[in-house]
This record gives sequence, structure tokens and C-alpha cells, in this order.
Amino acid sequence: MSNYLDYRLGADLADTRAPAGPIEGRWDQRRFDAKLVNPANRRGRTVIVVGTGLAGGAAGATLAEQGYHVVQFCFQDSPRRAHSIAAQGGINAAKNYRNDGDSVRRLFYDTVKGGDFRSRESNVHRLAQISVEIIDQCVAQGVPFAREYGGLLDTRSFGGVQVSRTFYARGQTGQQLLLGAYQALSRQIAAGSVQMHARTEMLDLVVIDGRARGIVARDLVTGRISTHLADAVVLATGGYGNVFYLSTNAKNSNTTAIWRAHRRGAYFANPCFTQIHPTCIPRSGDHQSKLTLMSESLRNDGRIWVPSAPGDTRPPAEIPEAERDYYLERTYPAFGNLVPRDIASRAAKTVCDEGRGVGPGGQGVYLDFADAIQRLGRAAVEAKYGNLFEMYQRITAEDPYRVPMRIYPAIHYTMGGLWVDYDLQTTLPGLFAIGEANFSDHGANRLGASALMQGLADGYFVLPATLNDYLARLPTAPVPADHPEIARVEGEVTDRLARLLAVDGDRTPDSFHRELGELLWDHCGMARSDAGLRKALARIPELRAEFWQRIRVPGTGEELNQSLEKANRLVDHLELAELMCLDALHRTESCGGHFRTESRTPDGEAARRDEEFSYAAAWEFTGPGSAPVLHREQLVFDHVHPTQRSYA
Amino acid sequence: MNLTLRIWRQTGPDAPGALTRYQVSGISPEMSFLEMLDTLNEELILTGEQPIAFDHDCREGICGACGMVINGQAHGPERTTTCQLHMRHFRDGDTIDVEPWRAAAFPVVKDLVVDRSAFDRIIGSGGYITAPTGSAPEAHATPVPKEAADLAFEHAECIGCGACVAACPNGSAMLFTAAKVVHLNALPQGAPERATRTRSMVATMDAEGFGGCTNTGECATACPKGIPLSGISLLNRDFLRRA
Repeated sequence: MSNYLDYRLGADLADTRAPAGPIEGRWDQRRFDAKLVNPANRRGRTVIVVGTGLAGGAAGATLAEQGYHVVQFCFQDSPRRAHSIAAQGGINAAKNYRNDGDSVRRLFYDTVKGGDFRSRESNVHRLAQISVEIIDQCVAQGVPFAREYGGLLDTRSFGGVQVSRTFYARGQTGQQLLLGAYQALSRQIAAGSVQMHARTEMLDLVVIDGRARGIVARDLVTGRISTHLADAVVLATGGYGNVFYLSTNAKNSNTTAIWRAHRRGAYFANPCFTQIHPTCIPRSGDHQSKLTLMSESLRNDGRIWVPSAPGDTRPPAEIPEAERDYYLERTYPAFGNLVPRDIASRAAKTVCDEGRGVGPGGQGVYLDFADAIQRLGRAAVEAKYGNLFEMYQRITAEDPYRVPMRIYPAIHYTMGGLWVDYDLQTTLPGLFAIGEANFSDHGANRLGASALMQGLADGYFVLPATLNDYLARLPTAPVPADHPEIARVEGEVTDRLARLLAVDGDRTPDSFHRELGELLWDHCGMARSDAGLRKALARIPELRAEFWQRIRVPGTGEELNQSLEKANRLVDHLELAELMCLDALHRTESCGGHFRTESRTPDGEAARRDEEFSYAAAWEFTGPGSAPVLHREQLVFDHVHPTQRSYA
Repeated sequence: MNLTLRIWRQTGPDAPGALTRYQVSGISPEMSFLEMLDTLNEELILTGEQPIAFDHDCREGICGACGMVINGQAHGPERTTTCQLHMRHFRDGDTIDVEPWRAAAFPVVKDLVVDRSAFDRIIGSGGYITAPTGSAPEAHATPVPKEAADLAFEHAECIGCGACVAACPNGSAMLFTAAKVVHLNALPQGAPERATRTRSMVATMDAEGFGGCTNTGECATACPKGIPLSGISLLNRDFLRRA
């Protein structure tokens, strides 16, 4: 399979949907140009929405309100449990309620710059415009945002921007926004406008005459495989961070829906753009099943340090001030502990690689509140961070008021995903991707509090407008239920499950998943090198082969079988991992979350190479293990001039 | 640690179930309860047995997917979700009983997995504010007093795990229903539908086979998110007000 690396360069890809003209008017223009479906004809149009997170929940509810017949799926037992629910921090919006100089233009600028100049200007500008409508919509739904005593909405600043534009609901903003979308969706389910299939997982896409026309799904309780047909298919299935096994994602989040769509013709863009969050609770042992994020806001008052000398295992209290290295404050005096996520994460890795890490396995650094407690008093620290300290103590049994917290970076978000145009349509007509499942708005790095914004913008506002246009132009031609393609795809799905059950080997799905995760974390994680990526690219096909010889899945396919679910998702992770490494290998620059050790400035920081890499890399599938074709979408910056980031 | 587990095994909704005994060893106090079950399941797979089915997802206490009765208590001895319960709260040599939620309205699907879709139907019958996308006024058009916003938030924290129902001797869903009713009724945006919401959600709750509330208060004691028992009085007040 070594020829996998010999990818071919295909024709460049261009977004043909964003209108020309001033960037401020493009979204208005696009909505005006869009054809509409007569309200009376909408009931006859069926749209499949896969996933019920912020993007999917919002889209399903809104499309049903417009009058479409929506058929929606989630693998959880209820649409309320999608992983958007775990987002803590907040949601950005350019309301300028603080009168602190914020504007749509500034949010647009911050997002393009934060993404390290690897996103599409038209999309990001639209996102900033829509941000203000999202807050209105959520308040109307009863989302209990934090408020001030005057009854108006409170905001806070977040993640290295200079304005206060983040709306929040304590540390549970994602939960409250998701419940808002879920409640709107529930209203439509009760009204019969949305046909909801919970505990049902999409396993493949049905493409007929070049258009996405349905999905094949498995009922996770009975194991029944069935095909659902529609006029368009929307994937709102989230990111692929779980390819690393250990991440802050929910355990069941997976790449199957977007990967199967990729195999059926949708291009996959920038798979190597993954975000690593610097402040997570370190793993406590080999049993670790997932990692828990601690809000980034802790870095406002906590000081990050490690012992100056490698191998110093004294308890933190016994290490005198002179023998501590506050490495972020030392290296980045201007920003100190508040440098962006990618820089803080890499610095932690560097000191741990030097043998100066703390805690089990030396995979951790201290986040120390002693100074803050002395300066502000315990009560003030408790008021600000009490719930986070409590959560930390519950998990680690250590009291952060007395002992410094231990933190370590973890995989958190994936900027890459299915390539979409301005309409959020993939390269496969009739297939749309929204939320984290697409690659669109965050470039090579996502800013804090922007994921919720994008998910809801896509679901409530963008997709319902653009999908109208697609459906209005689509000839009404139902797919006959006995179309041979349906039987073919169903057959492939059934065969794959049967193969998994038949191997009867000696290794569990989790054991393979852990091994794959470690391989990726080592070679396609915080720092990537030519040699490391080649090593991973050599190992992944071997691991895949071993998987098919040694996997053991007990039980049958005709029942609730969680081992089968895991193994089946892992098949796709094992293929995606290879594409991630190839994408990382081909992009020999450092940008955002993608750090190539060979591409650094003289002082060791990430060096972007705009002349060669100012493009989104969209990969076309050509067969399992077979070299893909690279299509580049050249990025044009008319409004935000690319500059090299500097935080020293 | 070495532990004896007695876990409820049931192959399907209509199959008979029973507690089955398992020994686990080498359990670290740092493990979560679910990681301890993961360890057992890895062993079961390799010995050719079916692993124990249980619902779980975020494993950080917010999605509400996990939930089992541990030694007779919903989510076990600590006031948190099962995924946030750590083995340091048990002792070497302990015998631990693990059962699914027990309630008429939550039929067992398999082992520790139950069907909580009745909760979704309660929400669908009024647990929302009718505000179709695009119809919203400017967010600051209606100020919300901080006390009302805080009351709403306190009840909106419900994660829909079902511990309240499992803990209730009557299998009642009053705390769950009250949490959503109070959240929405406390806000000015929720006022127009206040009466119909309350009536309709209570009717659905009754129709789904949940038991009546006799104010025993076990629900609020078991709730991992601390939804206050007083929410039930607020629900009753709104229910009587429209009558």
C-alpha cells in the first residue's frame, strides 16, 4: 500500500455559490437569488437530517417549520444527548452590547485571523453577520443566558480577543443552547412534521444518478438495516476527534457518516486540522476512557509551571520558587499564560518531552492558583471558578485550593470535515454538511466560543435558505423503492457487519482503537514531522490488516450490540487516520493547529507558508488504501491581510 | 481493588432477567464506575461472553445518557452521575449490586439500558416556547429580572437522566416535568403558553405510565444536578392556577 502516498493533483476546486460584490451584501444577494419552493409543495419534499446537535437540531426544527417533511436520525437514545451539550464556555455574537468597539467586521476579522488565514472569507463574514440573530433566536426560545441585575444579557471576553462578546449560561452554554434546539425539534416531532429515529445510526449514503437520495441506517436496538429515501440529505454528525481514542468528545461520536459520504464521492477537506485544547485533566492510567476539559478561563488567574530540573518528583509545595519554571511567562512575556490554545499546548508537550512533566507518567503541567488566592482571597477565586474546582476535585481527589491543578492538552475539535461550498453543499449534489461535520469557517484553528455560533448559524439560518434553492431546482422524481442501487448499498452494509462478526479473533475493538489513537497522538498530534508521519502511514495499513484478522465481536447483528457498533465505527476511523496523516504530510507548513517541526521561524515558532499553501486541501476518495486525488481551493484574502502571528 | 459485582442481565424487553455475579480485580481507585465496567467488558469479550450493555456518552456528567442503580441508589453513593462516580468511593472486597432504572414507564431494553423516550414525549407536549426561526425580536427587547433568569436556569440544568424516576417509590416524573415547566414559566417569553404547557405536560406524564407524586422527595435527593424539590410546588401552583 506504499503507493498511497503518491497522491495525484486534480483540478482546482472553486466555490461558485458565493455571489461577487461587496462582502457585506453577499448573503443578502445569495438569499435573493435563491429559488423558493412554493409552501404548498414543501410537504411533498422530504429531507433527511442525520444528527441532532446544535446544527442538526436547529436545521430539523427550522426545515419542519418551513413545511418540509423531515426524517431525522440520532444514535443516542434521545435527540437531547448530542455532544454539543458538553460545550462549556459560551457563544460569540457581534452585538456590541458593551459598546467596546465590537462589530460584525471585527468578529469576521478575528475569526479569519484566529483561523490562521486558512478559511474562506465569504463564509466567515456571513457567520459574523448571522451571529447577532442567533442570540435573538435563542432568547426567544427561553435559553437562560446569564443576565445582569438590570435584566439585560451579560457577556464576557474569551480566548484572546479584545472585546466582550461571549454570551454564556454559567459553564453550561452548550447544554442550554442544545436544549433550546431540542425543544423546538420536539415541537415538530409532536406535530408530526419531523419523523424522529433515535437509536438509529447512518451506515451509508445512497447516491442515485449522481445525487444523494437517501441513507442506509441500522436500528441499534433490533439491528434491522433499512433504507430511507429523500430529496436531499443533510449530515450534521459532528467531528472526528474520536479517531484519537482519547479526546474530549463523547464516547460514541464517530466519523462513519461523513466518511461513508466521502467514500461515495464527497471530498474531505483539511483532515489534518485538529484542535488540541491545552487545559484538560491528564490521564490517570491505562484504563482512561476519555478526557475532560477544564474551561480555558482558568488561565486568566492560574499560573502554569513545571520543575526547572528534569526528573524532579518532589511534591509541588516542596519545590522552591527558584526551582520552578513558569515557562509560558518566560517565553511569551507579552501574553504569558494567555497565549492561544495551540501555542500553550505545544509548550506543555515540549516541557514534558524534556522530562519535566508532573504527575503519573510525567504527562502534565501545574496550573497553580496559589498567587491568585493570595491576591484575591479564596472567596473571590471560589466565586469565579468554584464549579470547575469542584469538578477537578471529583475526578482527581485533589483539592486545587491547596495543591496546584495538573493539566495536559487533549484533542478537542476538528476544523477539517467535508468540503462544502457557500451553500454548505458538498461536492456531491444533494448532500449538505453542517456544523463540525463540514470544514467551512474555522480555517486551521477555531477560536473559543465559535463552535456553538457556527453550529447554530448553519442549522437555523444558512442551510434552510440554501436548501430551498436546491430543492426548488430539483426535478420531482421519487426514487422507486426497488431501485437496484438500494439493494446494492444495503448489501454492502450487511456484508461488512457480517464480516466483523465472522472474524472471531482475539482482540477487542477498544484495544485496536487505543493503539490507533496512540499512533496518531504520537505522529499526527501536537507536532508533526515528515519522519513521524511516514512511520504512521506505514503502520496504519498494517493495523487495518491486523484488525480484519484479529477483531472479536461477540453476539449477533440482530440485537443491541455495542461491540459491533464500536468495531464498525473503527473501520472508518482506520481509513480516515490514513488520510489525516497524508494531509499532514503534504502540508509542509505550520499553520494553526497543524505544526510541522520542519517549518519554524528562527525563534522556533510556527511558520506559515502562504505562497505554497494558501488553499484548502479537498481530497477525493479513489478506493481503500489507494492514493487519493488532491483538489485545491485557492483562498483569496481581499479583506483581511494575512500576517504572521506573534505572541512573544 | 478486588470487587464482586452482581449485575442485572436481561437479553431483551420481554426476556426474564437476573443478577449475575462477576469478579473483577486490579481496579484502580482513579477509575470511574463506567471505566470499571469497561474493564469487566473487555474481559467478557475475550472469554466469549456478551459484554454488559449500558448507555453512556459524554462521560463528563452532562449528556444524561448514563444511569444505573448502584447498591440500591440511583447513580450510587455520591450525588453525581454514574460516569462521574469514581471507584475511590468503594472499598477493596466490596460486593456491588448494579441494576437498571426500575420504573413502569422505562422498560428495560437490554441489561442496564432502558427506554426513556417517554421523557421526550413529555417535552414534545409543551416543553418548549413557540418561536419559529426568524421570528425573534431583538434579544434586549424584553429584559428578564435576574431572579427570574436564575430560577429558570436552576431548573433548566436538568439532564434528563431519569434518576428522579428511578429513585421515586412511585416511579413518578414530577421532578423532571417540573424542571422544564418552571424553567419556561419563569421567563416572560414563556408566559403566553404557561397554562397550556403545564396542563399538557402533566397529562402526557400521566398517560406515559409514570406514578403519582406523594412528596417523598427521593427524587431531589437523587438528582445529580440538584434540581430543587420546590420546583414541584411551583408546578402544582401553575397547574391549579389554570384550573
